[in-house]
Formats: sequence, C-alpha cells, structure tokens
Amino acid sequence: MKEIVRQLEERRQNAKMGGGQRRIDAQHTKGKLTARERIELFLDEGSFEEFDMFVEHDCHEFGMEKTKFPGDGVVTGWGTVNGRKVYIFAKDFTVFGGSLSRTHAKKITKVQDMAIRTGAPVIGLFDAGGARIQEGVDALGGYGEVFTRNVMASGVVPQISVIMGPCAGGDVYSPAMTDFIFMVRDTSYMFVTGPDVVKTVTNETVTAEELGGASIHTTKSSVADGAFDNDVIAMTQLRRLIDFLPLSNVSGVPERPFFDDPNREEPSLDTLIPHNPNMPYDMKELVLKTVDEADFFELQENFAKNIITGFGRIEGRTVGIVANQPMVLAGVLDSDASRKAARFVRFCDCFEIPIVTFVDVPGFLPGTAQEYGGLIKHGAKLLFAYTEATVPKVTVITRKAYGGAYDVMSSKHLRGDINYAWPTAQIAVMGAKGAVEIIHRQDLGDAEKIEAHTKAYEDRFLNPFVAAERGYIDDVIMPHGTRARVARALALLRDKELENPWKKHDNLPL
Amino acid sequence: MFKKILIANRGEIACRVIKTARRMGIQTVAVYSDADRDALHVEMADEAVNIGPAPSNQSYLIIENILKAIKETGAEAVHPGYGFLSENSKFAEALEKEGIAFIGPNVKAIEVMGDKIASKKFANEAKVSTVPGYLGVIADTAEAVKIANEIGYPVMIKASAGGGGKGMRIAWSEEEVADGFKSSMSEAKSSFGDDRVFIEKFVTEPRHIEIQVLADGKDAIYVGERECSIQRRNQKVIEEAPSPFLDEATRKAMGEQAVALAKAVDYRSAGTVEFIVDKDKNFYFLEMNTRLQVEHPVTELITGIDLVEHMIRIAAGEKLSLKQADVKLNGWAIESRIYAEDPYRNFLPSTGRLVRYQPPAEGVTGTRTVRNDTGVFEGGEISLYYDPMIAKLCTHAPTREEAIDAMSEALDQFRIEGIQHNIPFLGAIMEHPRFRSGALTTGFIAEEFPDGFSGIEVTPERADLFALVATYVNELHAARATQISHQLPHRQRKLPEDWVVSFGTDWSQRVKAQEAAGGLDVAFLSDEGEVTSRHHISSNWTPGQSVFRGAIDGQPVVMQLERAKGLQGYHLNYRGSSANVVVRTRRAHEFALLMPEKVEADTSKLLLCPMPGLVVSINVEVGQEVKAGESLAVVEAMKMENILRAERDGVVKEINCAAGDSLAVDEIILEFE
Repeated sequence: MKEIVRQLEERRQNAKMGGGQRRIDAQHTKGKLTARERIELFLDEGSFEEFDMFVEHDCHEFGMEKTKFPGDGVVTGWGTVNGRKVYIFAKDFTVFGGSLSRTHAKKITKVQDMAIRTGAPVIGLFDAGGARIQEGVDALGGYGEVFTRNVMASGVVPQISVIMGPCAGGDVYSPAMTDFIFMVRDTSYMFVTGPDVVKTVTNETVTAEELGGASIHTTKSSVADGAFDNDVIAMTQLRRLIDFLPLSNVSGVPERPFFDDPNREEPSLDTLIPHNPNMPYDMKELVLKTVDEADFFELQENFAKNIITGFGRIEGRTVGIVANQPMVLAGVLDSDASRKAARFVRFCDCFEIPIVTFVDVPGFLPGTAQEYGGLIKHGAKLLFAYTEATVPKVTVITRKAYGGAYDVMSSKHLRGDINYAWPTAQIAVMGAKGAVEIIHRQDLGDAEKIEAHTKAYEDRFLNPFVAAERGYIDDVIMPHGTRARVARALALLRDKELENPWKKHDNLPL
Repeated sequence: MFKKILIANRGEIACRVIKTARRMGIQTVAVYSDADRDALHVEMADEAVNIGPAPSNQSYLIIENILKAIKETGAEAVHPGYGFLSENSKFAEALEKEGIAFIGPNVKAIEVMGDKIASKKFANEAKVSTVPGYLGVIADTAEAVKIANEIGYPVMIKASAGGGGKGMRIAWSEEEVADGFKSSMSEAKSSFGDDRVFIEKFVTEPRHIEIQVLADGKDAIYVGERECSIQRRNQKVIEEAPSPFLDEATRKAMGEQAVALAKAVDYRSAGTVEFIVDKDKNFYFLEMNTRLQVEHPVTELITGIDLVEHMIRIAAGEKLSLKQADVKLNGWAIESRIYAEDPYRNFLPSTGRLVRYQPPAEGVTGTRTVRNDTGVFEGGEISLYYDPMIAKLCTHAPTREEAIDAMSEALDQFRIEGIQHNIPFLGAIMEHPRFRSGALTTGFIAEEFPDGFSGIEVTPERADLFALVATYVNELHAARATQISHQLPHRQRKLPEDWVVSFGTDWSQRVKAQEAAGGLDVAFLSDEGEVTSRHHISSNWTPGQSVFRGAIDGQPVVMQLERAKGLQGYHLNYRGSSANVVVRTRRAHEFALLMPEKVEADTSKLLLCPMPGLVVSINVEVGQEVKAGESLAVVEAMKMENILRAERDGVVKEINCAAGDSLAVDEIILEFE
C-alpha cells in the first residue's frame, strides 16, 4: 500500500507536468497559461477533481507507441464556481500540441456525458493543433463522438468554449456547436483552414490573426461572443458569466442576494428620449439603469451593434436583455442583428431565462445588400425565436415600433406576456413621412397639404394610444418607473406555465 | 416690492436668483432658448417664455425678445444674472424706457465701467490705483505690436467689452501680440458683438483679489473680498473668501477705494471691483464688474448676506439696509467651479447627457456648510451652445484648512457620469501644499501643472487607502457571490482569505481579510507572509453604490468607486488621485504577472478631434510639410475656437473632413505620412 501510494504520488506529479517544464515555459513565454493553470484560475480554489489523469493514447503508428504522456493532451474533470458544479476540459498544448486522439476524445466525451446526466455546464478551453494526424480515422471518429455530445447537450446544459490559442480544422466545430465562444486577444485564432492552405487554394495572403483572430470573430464573422485581453481576465470573466447561467434546462435561474432596490426610480430616464425623433440616444443607459447594480454581461458587443444582447439580474435573478440600439443605424433590424438576437433569445428560452426587451426600432433595413443576403429568412429567425419562446417575456417600447419590426420585437401578438410602452412610444406601420407619401399620393405636389397630412398622421398614430386602445400594450408607464414595473412584472410571471404543442423539433428558418 | 420678476439668464444663476425671489414671495419668469426647454431654471420658475433658437446671439442676447417676454408676462423687473445682457447698457436703457426696473446698476455706471478704457480713465480721476497701459482704441496689428513694445513685455490684450476671460490673451513677444490681437478681436466680436481690444502691462506674480460692493445710488459699502487667483487661462477655477493674503489694513484700503469708485458713478446694486495685487500688497484697479459675480456665494457664506436679495430691494427703490459696520466676516468659504471639460486631455470641453449627476448633500453638518449652485439635473444635457460650467460647489467652515478639507470630501462625493469633468483636477488643487499654504498667484495652475494634468501621484499612504477600500469592496462582492443558489449541498463556497491588491504594473500588496465585529480586519503581509500592519475598515457600503463612505482605522474616508468594465477590479477616485485597483487571489495574482502588457494602438500619425465640435478651418493641404506647433485646423466648441497644432514635424497624407463639418470626439481629422 505504501509503495502504491508513493507511486501514485509520483505518477500524479508526472502527469501534472504535462509535456514538461520546457514546454510549460514556452507556453508562458507566449503569454499563455497552461491547461491546469487555467482550470485552477477558473474554478473555486481546490475544487478541481481531475478525471483520467493517467489515460494514455493507444496509437501504434509512426512510432507513436514510444512517446506517451499521461493525460494525452487534455485535462478533464469537474469543480465548482461559487459552489456550483461545472464540468471542464482544457486542451493541453504542452502535450502533443493538444492534438486530438481517440483516447483524448474519450476523455472529453466522458465529461460531456456526465454533464448531461447530472445537469451542469460544460466548459471547453481550446489551445491545440487539431487532429493527431498519426491516429488517422481514429481522430476523426473522436471528433464525431465529441460533436454528437455537443448536439445532445445543446439546450440541456450550457456549453461554453474559450479559444485560448490555436483552434483549427476539426477543432473548430465543437466550439461552433456550443452556446458561447470567447477568445483571448492576440493569442488565439480560429479557422477551418489556415493561412497556408488559403494561399494555395485562393491565392490570398493573410496572417492567422487576419484570418481568424479575436477581432475578426467578434466584429466581422460573429463566430465569437466576446474577447478578453488575456487568460487571467478571460477566466475571471468566465466565472462572472457562469454566475448568470442556470446549471441546466431544468435547474431554474440562479438567485443571489441583491442590494439594489427593485423600486429604485430613475428620474433621468424621463429625459432619455430626445425631442427630435431622429436623434439617437444610448439604449445602454436604460439597460444599465434597469438591471441590478448596473451589472450587465454583454454578448456580441462589437457585432451588429444596432441590437444589444446580454445578461443582467433583476432582484438577484438572471434575465436576458434584448434592446434595439438607436445609436447605431437607428436601431434598425438587419440580417446580422436579427441573427444575433435570435440566437440569444433561443438560448434564454432553452434555459428558462426570462427575456426583457426594450424596443426602439424603425423597421427592417432596406436595400439590395440586405435582400440578397436573405434578410427575409434572417429576420424570420428572430420572429420565430420570440414566438416559440415560452419563458416570461416583458417588453417596453421606448420610442419607435414600426411595421413588421414591431411584431418581431416580442410583441403581444407573439405571446408577449407583459408589454409596456413609454409615453414617447410611436407604434405604427411606419413613420409619418413615408405613410403620408403613400396614403396621400395625390397631394405629393402640394407641400402645404402634405404638411397638414403629416401633422394629422403624427397626432393620430405616433403615440402609444392606438395600440393601447386595442390592448396590444398592457399599460403606458413612466420611464422613471421602468425598473420597478419590469421587476414587478417578472415577479408576477415567475410561475408562468406555457407549453408549445408536442413536436420532434421545430423548423427554424436557417 | 415687485410682484413678479423676469430672469434674463439661464443655468445655475437663473436658478440661484429664483430661489431668493421665491423666498421673498416674488413670482418668477424664466426665459429659455430651444436648447433649454427642459432646463432646470425653466422647471423652477413660475412661468417660462421661449426666446428663440439655441445660439445665445439668437436668444439670450436679443433685447427685443426679452422685452417681449416681459410684456407677455407682466414682469416688473429684470435680473440679468451674469454674462449675456448683464452689462449691456443698451439693455438697461431699453428697460428704463419701458418703465421696467433693472436689478442691476444705473446706466451710467454700466457704460463707464463696461468699457475698460473709459473705466480706467475714470478710475484714475477717482484716485484709484491703476495698471500702466494704453487706453486708446487700437487700429491694427502693427499698432498693437508698437504699443506692446512701448509698454514692455509681457502685455495683456483684452476685449474692451469682455469679461470671463473671453477675448483675452497674454503675449510675451511681437509674434504673440500679432496672433493674439487677431484672435482676441474675433473672439470679442463673436462673444460680445464688439471687437475693440486694448493692451496693458501684465503684472507678474499677481493675485486676483476683488472687492464686493453694495450701493443704493447714495450710500455704498464693501462686503469683504474674494480671492480668485486660481485661474486656468484667465478662467477662474477656485475662489475663496476671505483672501489668505490680505491684512486688515489692505482690506480696508482696497474696500475704501472700491467704495469711492462706486460712489463716483452713483453706483446702485451689487458690484465688484477687481484688483491685481502684487507680492508686496500693492494693488491696482483692474475693472469693475457691474453685475453679480459668478463667485458671489463665497461672500454670502462668510457674511450671511444674500446679495441677490439686496439687489432686488435696491432695484425696488429701498435704501441699503446695511452699514459698513454690519459687515462681519465669519469663517472661510471656498468655491470650486465644476466644468464639463476633460482635465486629462488638456481641459477640452465635453458635452452630452448627464447620465449621472449626484452632487453631495447640501446643508450644515456641525461647523461645516456645503452649498451647491447648479442649473442641471441628472438626465439633463450639457449643450455646446453655452458656458461649460456644471455647478459651483462651495464649502464653509471656521478656518481655511477646514473649509478645504470639507471641499475635498464634498468633491469626492460628487458623482458625474456621461461627460468628462474637472473634479479630479479640483481635488488635486485642494491637496496641493502650495494651495493649502495660501501662496497663490494667478499663475498657480500654469506653474504647478505646466504639462497639464494627469492625476496626482499615488503616495504610499494613498496606495494603502486604495488597497483597503478595494479589499473591503471586493470582500463584499465575493461574499455575496458565495450566497448564490444551486450550490453543491453542504458545500457552500468558502471565501479565500489571502488576496493580493494591485494597480498599475508595479504596485501590489498582499492582504489577509477577515470579517470582524462591525467590519473587516485587514492585515498587510510581506511577500513572506509576515504581518506588516493591521487595519480595520467599517462601512455601510453595499454592492452597487458608487460612493464608499466608511472609516479606516477610525478615520473617516470617502471615495468614489466604479466597477471596472472587463477587468476584475475597481476604478477608485480620491482627492485628485485615481487608480484601477485589482484584487485577486494570491494564485491569480501570480498568473497575472505572467501576462504580457497590451500595447496601445498607435495614434501618433493621426490628428483626432479632441472634442465634439464644428470644423472652422483646415489650415493645411495634402502633401504639405508641417512643423511641430504649426496650426493644422481650428475646431469650434463651446463658442471657443480651438487651434489644433502639430505635435511633431510631418507631412500631411490625407485630410478627412472640411470646414463646416461637425465632428465627434476622436474622429480623424487628418493623417500624417
């Protein structure tokens, strides 16, 4: 027994060294932490329980049997974040460059299976060189096994991927199927095919950073939901995110003590909407003044900025916030904004997170670029997502709610639960100018008449009353009371029950 | 007494006048431009009348519009506040013609004192000591240079009709006279509609000390002095009463000259006689402001006299109810002008929405008084059309030292978000040993902050204070996080006790935090784990609050804090110092040390618009070689023309905007090769 314990200790020490001190130092030189360091930072102190520390690969090709490292390039296990369980796997770049083998994949699928069975999030930290070529089809099979678990876990437990180094080829598809992807600036990149292959096939010359760096994926491709300056900040922020997320689709949202008065009034919101309807204002101010302690975890902050998505808390409980941003493209819905918000709404619905929507939308963005790009289907995604969502839905129209976009933004007609409007709301088919030009086409040459028609239209339709008269909004509320009213509505809706008809699954317009 | 008065002004001064009028049972009428329709003075007044579009030369400066508002509302008198029409004799005359009382001086006094050349001649006759200078009207640049050469450098070029630093330039050389003469003239024209300027000797090491007078056309008294030496580019920043420099004899001599001058023009109402005082307590008459001064609250605080009330009573025909012997100076008062400007970016104006505006509580606490004169509110707008002053924060206490301490504390409680403001700079001045010693001159800011302002250095004592507050705040956040639902049964998270507090790249402190009776015990540890000092923090602070109030080792501490976005840490502000303080577990701190520093993007090849504003001119062309210091573009904001100069030699590669364009902050104006 004593001897075994001694051996165990030795093997543990050996395993913990991964690919050895030289490679650990190399990792540090690149400004990166090792897999175990990242895990240590992410989880509560001393809470990590490692699985499969002694697993080694079983490949016999190309002399691989002579090179074995315990753990086989991935560190897996579970631990807690503020006492709540999470599963984690972290690619170990110091061992075979973190490349994926059959056994490596098996370690990952083990925690994925456990996560589904026990209802806890799975976090993947990526920093690896792709498939272990020597393993051939075994590696490809391994990927497939991981992908399958990603799909099975989707909507059951939250899955988060953090790209903290290279992530290419087969490695990208597992993150792609998780709920959120984050990246680390300057040290991570992510692409299906790398710069060398790109050069050969399309003759484009690009660097890894230009092809798949954090800035590309957070601003252009929208593959990543956020980026952080370094590993330490990434792990800290990941802990912050976990505190917002339910453990699973049946756990309910986390709740924690709050110090912010739910009835806090914000008189300044009464002047948020400018007198001129064409002047922008910052919708984030409303978001920050509504949620507890102005603590808002924004997702896709630098992509499709015309819509804001992210998590906040009200009365200590997580809510998903979707808000049009008049500061960018007047808050219009375009393809990108629709996709961004649709995915977020669906995440919230999967995990029973109530959705609070702030609406100031002039409509859908016109133009060939949008129509050719499939705006119809992209717009329909958001429409679809809001409609199918059965979680509590509270909506506040602050200013414009025009046309089809009015319907889309969590309107009463899409089973919105509580729909409020500020006195500044204008719920109409379109703005006055456009409407008058259509309705009074015959008077187009007569500026005086057009002006009178415009005034008449504004007086009749550009207010919350027409919608209120029909019960399309439940009440007109004062801006300064928004937090109190939203909080009370959410309290009312906490036990909401609504089920969609049984189906195998729906057919979202992809 | 009047039943209804109109206030021909905006902002804090309009609100200030309304308060006194209301106390006296007088109805008030506000006037407002289109940009001010939601302004506080409109809200506070009993009635309000729109007088035109946003630019003041189409609204607040249009006499007919004010007269129309008077007729509409039946106001019997007009208080002009300061600026705008307050020293416009045509306005006073127009009111006189309409039989409306002007709550200000007689026309003669305005005319004589309003013209700096005439006022100096007049002062000489009244045996008031004056500064050497040329009093005539200057025709052109050549003459300006000639006169300046005769007087000897440095000289000061000033708008004859001006005030408040607008259209004022100091020149140390012929070139600067030529430059300054032109810009002074154009600024005078745009600000006052009068482009006459004059030149005089610039007294070095001067203090700016002014005497408040009250007069009813016959009698006149002086109501103590104010020292306004803390100025930035001739714009007053901090004022106090009394002056730490004056002795009773000098005060009396200055006061009596001021009274003599007031009497000589049959002065009626409140007025201010400004003097320059040199280091030997020689004083020279500068000008007389025939209106209520911005900084009048400090006088009110040390005398208990409501100057606005006296102005109203005198305008209503009452005799001055005070005798010289009634004026007693009690304690010390300081005023800080809170401006919408970015102290870290060369004080460039900042405009926009006041997302947060939470001034410290006004009132008396023990021997200390806090007064905040303001014309804004949370959710209001600092518009680019008017003066960028947000508020005048005043404190009063028995001694100068205590008044300054009270100001430091009040500044640390003043929360403004949405725009940039100069509170850190004001906090830095309050802490400055030279300011505290009272060794002031009007050059104080230029001498003590020659390279602008970048926050005062964090001393070891302050670093400890930052560390302790951050530890406390972090502890509460972390402790709350351990209260989250859905934890593993019977395994609630235990808080770590070992933390490292750090800021910047080279300051860190190991701490051990333990909850203790009424607060938190914090031990500072050496790297080896030995306790080096023990501290106790108590506070009622809870997560979400942006002002920390508490006691550290029994000493009260007030600090502003904000959770840093995207970082684990807090942005702390204390008495002119600020720091991003991060609290990490020991292990996390070790890892953080391994992280490379991020390099900021290089903007040295770009000329960025430093403030929101209008491009007046682009002074270079593509391909042009420019030398450091050369003027590249002129951007107008807050009615001030800001010349943007080349920071280094270079060749213009691309110009991205043209005259007339309206730019946001940090928009690229041009690029260098």
